[in-house]
Amino acid sequence: MSKKQVERGWKSIPIGGVCWKSSEDYLTGDWRSNRPILDLDKCTSCLLCHIYCPDSSISWDGKKITINYDYCKGCGICAKECPVSAIEMIKE
Amino acid sequence: MNVKQKMVGINGDEAAAYALKQCNVDLLSAYPITPQTIIVEKFSEYVANGEVETEFVTVESEHSAMSVCIGGAAAGGRVCTATASAGLALMHEMVFIAASHRLPIVMTVASRALSGPINIHPDHSDSMAERDSSWIQLYAENPQEVYDTVIQAFKIAEDPTVQLPCMVMFDGFIVSHTLQNVSVLPDNVVAKFVGQRRIPKINVMGRETEYKLDVENPITMGPLALFDYYFEHKRQQEEAIKNAKQIICDVNDEFAQVSGRKYGNGLLQQYGFEDAELSIICLGSTAGTIRTVIEEYRTKGIKVGVIRLKTFRPFPENELKTALRNVKAVAVLDRSGGYGAIGGPVFNELRSILYDCKERPFIVNYIYGLGGRDVTPKLIKKVYEDLRNIVKTGQVKENVKFLGVR
Repeated sequence: MSKKQVERGWKSIPIGGVCWKSSEDYLTGDWRSNRPILDLDKCTSCLLCHIYCPDSSISWDGKKITINYDYCKGCGICAKECPVSAIEMIKE
Repeated sequence: MNVKQKMVGINGDEAAAYALKQCNVDLLSAYPITPQTIIVEKFSEYVANGEVETEFVTVESEHSAMSVCIGGAAAGGRVCTATASAGLALMHEMVFIAASHRLPIVMTVASRALSGPINIHPDHSDSMAERDSSWIQLYAENPQEVYDTVIQAFKIAEDPTVQLPCMVMFDGFIVSHTLQNVSVLPDNVVAKFVGQRRIPKINVMGRETEYKLDVENPITMGPLALFDYYFEHKRQQEEAIKNAKQIICDVNDEFAQVSGRKYGNGLLQQYGFEDAELSIICLGSTAGTIRTVIEEYRTKGIKVGVIRLKTFRPFPENELKTALRNVKAVAVLDRSGGYGAIGGPVFNELRSILYDCKERPFIVNYIYGLGGRDVTPKLIKKVYEDLRNIVKTGQVKENVKFLGVR
């Protein structure tokens, strides 16, 4: 799960509901109810999951695929698109 | 050091348009509706004649008018609109968004009854339906005050400690369509008084930036805030509208220095005996009728008075408590109903603040003038006579009465 975020009070946030931090600082991983689990033995590094992920939570470092659970909302598109069924969705 | 002023014969709507013209508004977007129409008609003349540099956006509904205003104000412009009745009701959703975005839009409202039955005449049901929208709500009594209040509204709304939209109400037809001699300030004096639109600074991603949409310094306005931050933003709005109270008083004083005209302390205006024992509280043009009745009572030596609430939001709690300190009985005149509630909105708020007072006056509510039903001096006399009777008998038989209904 994502790290615990410190919530600010009404005196220290900008007016008008403006976003005061980058979306990178807003960890959306705790929205997730289903978690994608990647089986690297089955993975062929085709990168379809990396392309399809709507939250840019699947990265490729040139060697292997990594899922970033700080931002993954558990939509399951990666598991659906994986041609070799290397991603399984499990309940959080 | 009052400046030389010109006297012009104009009605309330034209007075509003004239003030808007002098405030160097960047954008006006509105949809025509009786009895506000003259404001926008007159303003479109100014645009056509090249007297203003305002971007005039015609739209297909009031919902769109307020949406356009929100966009314009978010981009850093000084923005205004005008509406009434059903138009204000159609704006309802965007009215709340304008306030929560903290955009100092000024809206003139020629008060008109909400349908149904359909009606074009004045009552306060339209603006009272928006009383919890966190807009500042100012009620003017006559065309002169409309002119003065619209100018003040920009200065109040744009104050860095406030940054909230402001609506200026005046009774439809009674004020909007009635000619009066109105003293107007020179253009340059008004321009100097309102100054440039002030943009607040906010802290975003660790750096200070202006609170406006700017491609060079992008910020996100109007994002989702769920149970985690919505509440904090609403709390901020409450603080801002509380701050507005002092600013309204200050701007009222500053305006008096420039124009020589002052409306009480900006929050409420009292008339009659200093030590009045019987008092009426009302909004808008009815105060004029009450004053003529007070003059009759003055000759009889009966100590009556009237408190006109110029500012309904923020509600002037302490000022009202002070004003009612020595009053024995008070009648609250509400020009809008409180269906299913115990009386109208002004009555409810007033009775609520009096709960804290150890000694409090008898209080009675009159719903009156709905849909433009005439309020005559005779009816006002009836109210004062009722108050005398309440003090004499020491009891209020009926909390909420309907004045002038058949």
